[in-house]
Amino acid sequence: MEYINIFIKSIFVDNMIFAFFLGMCSYLAVSKTVKTSAGLGIAVTFVLLITVPINYLLNKFFLAPGALAWLSPSLAEVDLSFLSLIMFIAVIAAIVQMVEMVVEKFSPALYNSLGIFLPLIAVNCAVMSGSLFMQERGYANIGEATVFALGSGIGWFLAIVAIAAIREKLRYSHIPPALRGVGITFIITGLMGLAFMSFMGFKL
Amino acid sequence: MKNLDLIKLPFSKENPILVQVLGVCSCLAVTAQLKPAVVMALSVTVVVVLANVIISLLRNTIPPRIRIIVQLVVVSTLVVLVDQVLKAYVYDVSKQLSVFVGLIITNCIVMGRLEAFAMVQKPWASFLDGLGNGLGYSVILIALGFVRELFGSGTLWGYPVMEKLGLYGIGYENNGLMIMPPMALILVGLIIWWHRSRNKDLCEK
Repeated sequence: MEYINIFIKSIFVDNMIFAFFLGMCSYLAVSKTVKTSAGLGIAVTFVLLITVPINYLLNKFFLAPGALAWLSPSLAEVDLSFLSLIMFIAVIAAIVQMVEMVVEKFSPALYNSLGIFLPLIAVNCAVMSGSLFMQERGYANIGEATVFALGSGIGWFLAIVAIAAIREKLRYSHIPPALRGVGITFIITGLMGLAFMSFMGFKL
Repeated sequence: MKNLDLIKLPFSKENPILVQVLGVCSCLAVTAQLKPAVVMALSVTVVVVLANVIISLLRNTIPPRIRIIVQLVVVSTLVVLVDQVLKAYVYDVSKQLSVFVGLIITNCIVMGRLEAFAMVQKPWASFLDGLGNGLGYSVILIALGFVRELFGSGTLWGYPVMEKLGLYGIGYENNGLMIMPPMALILVGLIIWWHRSRNKDLCEK
């Protein structure tokens, strides 16, 4: 039950885009067509799903206060949590590099359509914040952390696909010239965020 | 490009948030009140200036294939320093900013300026470019924090402005929508609208 709760919560209530505005840069830049944005959404979900559990283990056994106690009792006082930012980003950059090579090998079409945004997943705030939220909220075990990562990824995927679909339709509407493109996308995202706020306090 | 332009352009024609649409994530989440917005603006400015200078000094020794990792290491070292300083001197704000200090690492402004400018320019020009972009980002952040705190909670930097003005006595109410996250997006959308109607050449087709 706890798992389902975390899953639903991370998709809807704590949606990365509508509740925390994370990963906005690629969200705004890639959301012109549904197809590309779905590809990016899947890539982000995949990277989250791999990096969060790895960073969970890293945090649990190396970085958290007293985490080194399993090596020897004399290290029980050591607190390496100030290193967590560097360690997390190193893990993420390495994994993204690997994903990039795999995608290039097996799906050149997707690789070409994602272009520069594939390497930039490394600096996508949504991926980094997945690890940081995991650390801050203190999930009880690796299962919960993984479910949280999956949920956040799916939430991000849904958000970018939804906005891409809306932007495809927007091409036929009369928008004031100064508001076209980025401006109207911001406002629509804000309105979608308001709609998503109705999930607040939702519990299973 | 003249040195003065490096500082001046990011305020309007090349504003990181309004025109380049970079670094939006952090700008929206920390602006419900003025104080965290100012602290965040300062932190990002410090990081982007120092990272620009360091990468510019190293630019001839970084192999192109691994440049992103090198940049990430430099930026994350700086962010760890900023994080520790914030925890030491303004602990309450640092708690409020929570993960967003760490997210300066993945702030697109920092990476964007490193990629586009510091990798090919001399240190002094990079310093000015970093300063200009940091300040251009700060202006938007502080403006958002100002508006949202004033109309959302009726205070400024914690000081109850609206109450002192006696507005509640004549039926004024705080606008709860202002402190909610989606309002930040709508406000940025409106700022972009205003900015582009004044600079027609920035409009999209």
